[in-house]
Amino acid sequence: MTTDTLTIEERSRQRLATIEASLAGRHARERRFRRMGLGAVVTGMGLVLILFISILMRGVPAFWQATFYLDVHFDPEVIQVDEKPVRESGESASAFRERELAWMSRVGLVNWQQIIDEALKAELGEIEARQTRDLRALITSGERHALRDRFIEDPSLLGETVRLKMLASANVDVWLKGNIDRSLPDRQQQLSAQTREWADELYARGVITNAFSTALFLNTDSRSSLASAGLAGAFMGSLFMMLVVIVLSVPIGVASAIYLEEFAPKNRITDLIEININNLAAVPSIVFGLLGAAIFIGYLGLPLSAPLVGGLVLTLMTLPTIIIATRASLRSIPGSIRQAALGIGASRVQTVFHHVLPLALPGILTGSILGVAQALGETAPLLLIGMNAFVANVPGTPLEQSTALPVQIYLWQGNELRNFFEARTSAAIIVLLGLMLSLNALAIWLRKRFETRW
Amino acid sequence: MNVSKRTLGFALATGLAVGFSTAAMARDTIQIAGSSTVLPFASIVAEEFGNNFPQFNTPVVGSGGSGGGLRQFCQGVGENTIDIANSSRAIRSGELENCQSNGVNEVLEVMFGYDGIVFASRADRGAFALTPAHVFAAAAQQVRVDGELVDNPYTRWSEIDGDLPDQEIVLVIPASNHGTREVFEEKVLHIGCDSYEMEGDACDALRGDGRIIEIAGDYTETLARLDAQSDAVGVFGLSFYDQNRDRLQVATVDGVTPSLETIGSGEYPVSRPLFFYVKGEHLDVIPGLAEYTEFFLNEMVSGFGSPLEDAGLIPLDDEERAEALEQFQARTLVSAE
Repeated sequence: MTTDTLTIEERSRQRLATIEASLAGRHARERRFRRMGLGAVVTGMGLVLILFISILMRGVPAFWQATFYLDVHFDPEVIQVDEKPVRESGESASAFRERELAWMSRVGLVNWQQIIDEALKAELGEIEARQTRDLRALITSGERHALRDRFIEDPSLLGETVRLKMLASANVDVWLKGNIDRSLPDRQQQLSAQTREWADELYARGVITNAFSTALFLNTDSRSSLASAGLAGAFMGSLFMMLVVIVLSVPIGVASAIYLEEFAPKNRITDLIEININNLAAVPSIVFGLLGAAIFIGYLGLPLSAPLVGGLVLTLMTLPTIIIATRASLRSIPGSIRQAALGIGASRVQTVFHHVLPLALPGILTGSILGVAQALGETAPLLLIGMNAFVANVPGTPLEQSTALPVQIYLWQGNELRNFFEARTSAAIIVLLGLMLSLNALAIWLRKRFETRW
Repeated sequence: MNVSKRTLGFALATGLAVGFSTAAMARDTIQIAGSSTVLPFASIVAEEFGNNFPQFNTPVVGSGGSGGGLRQFCQGVGENTIDIANSSRAIRSGELENCQSNGVNEVLEVMFGYDGIVFASRADRGAFALTPAHVFAAAAQQVRVDGELVDNPYTRWSEIDGDLPDQEIVLVIPASNHGTREVFEEKVLHIGCDSYEMEGDACDALRGDGRIIEIAGDYTETLARLDAQSDAVGVFGLSFYDQNRDRLQVATVDGVTPSLETIGSGEYPVSRPLFFYVKGEHLDVIPGLAEYTEFFLNEMVSGFGSPLEDAGLIPLDDEERAEALEQFQARTLVSAE
């Protein structure tokens, strides 16, 4: 007996010794793992931080642009057009439209550049004729159309002098912001020595200031007037695409998920469907683009570059994400809820729609919004259906040609004038990221709002 | 339950209605695609066209390279095919046949200007004075040394010619999807090849040891390459170089510095005409197509002192311009030679 207890004591002592001996090692292993985990998180966060900071550093200054404040005189000597046509009683709409168009064409032929030149000369004093080119390099060429549009809207400006904001040309902006090396010799500069001198002088006098620019948000893309290139067209294009995606992929995705999860029999066919849905989620997005180009444009004859086609392609891409998220969230509802509903006599449809679906809603919404956000940032399939075109109109319907925000970023990234568009591209990225973050925030808010605990 | 069902049905119905109503709609915006060299010029014209003709929509200009644009152009006649293909080279007879087999019989060619192709290196590195023979010696797989064909032995420019900078040979050239590549081969490689008394396939065979980098994307990518590899020499369009003069310096070819003047006069050897092709079948269907073409050829738009010249296009002279316009107005079709 005593020997036995001794052995037992001895054994337990031995075991304790073994445990103690290995304890340090085990603790060290845990500490190592924790440190590694922390390291992984810190590295990840660090990389994201570096990305964000570099984009912000480059992009934020682009929201402010070199802007002229000029007294512009709508000189009747230069603007020699008749009165804006007014619709007469009895005149048909098309006849009036024709007269109006003819008037607009005449207004378009006015030498608006001269009006801008005169306003600049008022600041700079008289210049020689050979310096006209240097003078015109100051203000971006789109401003003369802006001036024309302002006049078309309000012909009573004729003869008036108005203080107007005008964007400086892209190269003046680059020069004033120091985005080009100011010490470079003339032959490596984009602007002539005269233009640079004027720009510096006007900046010092406050005629040019670095003002917050709405052009980035309100204008469409531009190639002839780079400084006024904006995101409005791409933004509307993205918006229309998202509408199509939401209208199509959410109902179809949620309905098929509910059917598959709650009603479909479990057999080989549903297994096959399930596997295929999972595979579809892993298909590279460019493949959907090829499919869209072949079917929607080639076979169905839908227009090129249209947000509708983009939306359809992105719907195909988003469907599996939504189906999988919805099924997962339906599966997470405890069986007791269903049993209780069935137990008090509810039908299966009633069980699903009255009890299961409301509880699964936060998960479904989160999944759908994340799927849509992912579609918002997708570029590759859009390149194949012609959405990487240069479009200078804001689309009014999902059928009109348009680009999308991520594609616009891609296009600006390839623009020749690197000094200006590097910052502009980053600014566009900030806008897109802002949109993504707000969509994700909406997803979190909806989840919190509808979350039920049991 | 009823509510959910009804909303669901409604949503589906709207979706489908939107989908099907489209096929019947007529397109009233000109659709253009093609060469990335022509893209900036065509975009500027499109924008100005929209600004000057309130009755027409601003045309939409896509890219895809000369080959890609002509392929889309030749897909057929109809509203879901493009109206104009931009191209930095003339249409090939194979492409024309493809067009005709798809029912596109009226292909109108419009030449609107010239573009120069330049070699540029980083501004902070050595300056290059190249000849086609230098470029060929740097790029070819095999070269003739002392009468013998040998695998390209050169690793530094100074080994080819003592006057060239003592820099590693790295040449960044456009990939074959670009029209620029064809000009590079024809006007530089083949001429350099001749001077080495070689011919045939050997002229097009490029070395495969990583010193030739082919770029399928645009010139921004070429520029990024030069940022990463400071010794590299890149092939650019004149206008791209011109807008990035602060970082790049241009090489002379045969002693001539590329500029609007030297390219316009033909003194600088590496240049090419730029084209766009108009689909004749669409002229009376898509509003503004003829007006756009004539507007493009207007001297105020693409002549000397025009916005296109500012953007780096070398304009046609008066005679060529008149001829191009006349050819279009007479609806002269491109014929297979």
